[in-house]
Amino acid sequence: MSKYSTHLMVCGGTSCHSAESDVIVCNLRDEIEAKGLSDKVQVILTGCFGFCDKGPIVKVMPDNTIYVNVKPEDAQTIVEEHVIKGKKIERLLYKDPKSNEIIKHAEDMDFFKKQLRIVLRNCGVIDPEKIDDYIARDGYQALGKVLTEMTPEQVIKIVKDSGQRGRGGAGFPTGLKWEIASRNKADQKYVVCNADEGDPGAFMDRSVLEGDPHSVLEAMAICGYSIGASKGLIYVRAEYPLAVHRLKIAINQAREYGLLGNDIFGTGFNFDITLRYGAGAFVCGEETALIHSMEGLRGEPTIKPPFPAQAGYLGKPTNVNNVETFAAIPVIILKGAEWFSKIGTEKSKGTKVFALAGKINNVGLIEVPMGTTLREIIFEIGGGIRNGKKFKAVQTGGPSGGCLTEKHLDIPIDFDNLVAAGSMMGSGGMIVMDEDNCMVSVSKFYLDFTVEESCGKCAPCRIGNKRLNELLGRICDGKGTLEDLDRLRNMSQVIKDTALCGLGQSSPNPVLSTLDNFMNEYVAHVKDKKCPAGQCKNLMEYVINPENCVGCTACARVCPVNAISGQRKEVHHIDPAICIKCGACKEKCKFDAIFIR
Amino acid sequence: MSQIKSLADLNKKREELKTGLIKAIESKNQVQVKVALATCGIASGAKPVMEFFTEQLEKRSIPAVVTQTGCMGYCYAEPTVEVKLPGQDPVVYGFVDLKRADQIIEKYIKTGELVDGIIPVNYETIDSKK
Repeated sequence: MSKYSTHLMVCGGTSCHSAESDVIVCNLRDEIEAKGLSDKVQVILTGCFGFCDKGPIVKVMPDNTIYVNVKPEDAQTIVEEHVIKGKKIERLLYKDPKSNEIIKHAEDMDFFKKQLRIVLRNCGVIDPEKIDDYIARDGYQALGKVLTEMTPEQVIKIVKDSGQRGRGGAGFPTGLKWEIASRNKADQKYVVCNADEGDPGAFMDRSVLEGDPHSVLEAMAICGYSIGASKGLIYVRAEYPLAVHRLKIAINQAREYGLLGNDIFGTGFNFDITLRYGAGAFVCGEETALIHSMEGLRGEPTIKPPFPAQAGYLGKPTNVNNVETFAAIPVIILKGAEWFSKIGTEKSKGTKVFALAGKINNVGLIEVPMGTTLREIIFEIGGGIRNGKKFKAVQTGGPSGGCLTEKHLDIPIDFDNLVAAGSMMGSGGMIVMDEDNCMVSVSKFYLDFTVEESCGKCAPCRIGNKRLNELLGRICDGKGTLEDLDRLRNMSQVIKDTALCGLGQSSPNPVLSTLDNFMNEYVAHVKDKKCPAGQCKNLMEYVINPENCVGCTACARVCPVNAISGQRKEVHHIDPAICIKCGACKEKCKFDAIFIR
Repeated sequence: MSQIKSLADLNKKREELKTGLIKAIESKNQVQVKVALATCGIASGAKPVMEFFTEQLEKRSIPAVVTQTGCMGYCYAEPTVEVKLPGQDPVVYGFVDLKRADQIIEKYIKTGELVDGIIPVNYETIDSKK
């Protein structure tokens, strides 16, 4: 910043932009020019500050002042008072909602630090293809500490005391899992990393493997030491070529350095890791199915017990953990159980990575302490709903989870609270939906997915989900009845109670949670034969408004099925029997004459 | 590559790397450019951006190290690039196409003048959390 002495940084994130932050920029620039300060003060449009609820935001550098809820007309005051006279404008400063005190410096504002990166500590920081980068950031220190200073029991105790729970979805305590695997005696045990990330919209495991593969390798070796395993396997999706590529590089580098292989750190501990590729079957994220797939068998789950900790891969005791679970382990070892357990809620410790997707402004990967609310994630970090639309629901936990609504926004997120609210943590995908999403179609989308992904072994999942899907299809087509809604609920309950594995037991969740939260939409579909969101094609009709139609024939020319008739300069007509509801005519019409009924 | 045979070896290596890397970059007054090359970045065109930085910084005789890194989490603003000028805090730029990359080199790297599209840091790291 050689030339300019002051920088005014204006948030240009989507949400601030819609609150006229671009006008603020123009006004500030005009004001600065008018005062003859153009060579001293620069106005910069930045990306999202992650505090969209209080936007638009203007940050003044170098004195690090943040102004919130700035209006275009405040530009003059900011330049005259702050830039010229150096006085802070009290009314635009942020007030702490708890103490109501004014906060002047950006560093003192906790709201800018809603995120805490433990699992993602190295993602976007190190070069994932260089082991040296990882070592320079304390990489393999935890493994060194464990091998030279600790007994396996002590390692398990730290992991247990930290309160870490499995990030794959079910939230089983990691330390307990390790302890069970360590108690079972065998000539060979295995550590398996579950990198079969299959939830639609979830990409946190992929990002960790692509951005910081060594953290997973290190944690697997630590796990191997504590349970007495010398072999590790990573079950990774073949659809993640970059993750596979970087894992291969990482494993080779670790071997060359002697951080994998025999006699690691001269302690006599042997551990090596190989890769196994999954063909993308969703059910293979379930640990017994995953193990069968690795053995070259069909990817089908089996009844537990026996648990993998007793008889897993090749019948030997096996510990299966998720990528994200592993990635946090080195930090837990180095910083201690107490440090980790201070973060989060009473029963869910640490942080959770969420993949934000759907109709949200800041699509991306975030990591927040457990106990953060959905509102903070969606409206602050996530930047709110796209195009200023209204928030309708957020789907968490993938096809096994449920939809949460407005009334759930202030629940502190942890494993138990999400289950109590009718959804689940799952792997951490969050798909945000707005007023344009039809909730019946959404639950049908997830059912389509589970029907496709069901392995077919047990009847409730194979047949039940298929029937559920057909019922939903009928409702979307306007052929449903009120009795169908009862049937939906009934069948969902039966599938939940009787399916063999987690996939089937949780597959009706999207149906049940939308029935609970959006009953009115279901009723509208079956009773009024209308789709309130205007998404179900068979329940809508494209109509030409005769008042606006000028007879330009543009719609008729673009219609792919010739459903539109009418003479030039006369009002046109759409034949609903031929119309396929593609929407091409509506898009083409320059006179807003076509609408959906 | 020498093998790491003990914890002492690892510590030595870490110290060498930590101080060595920083010194090498600081002493040569080098600019550090990190391009987020995860699947999301590559899909949005981060590879040509990285090539552009590598080629153009050399062509314009600016001492610099261009490296790849993983996903920074700002998938909505890909491609994202972090630029660290000697002795200054790193700055992350979002939506970096070739045009903006050129601006970053001409304005930010050459004169220190900020360019539109900065993404403010909105997270804490484990290093800062006590």
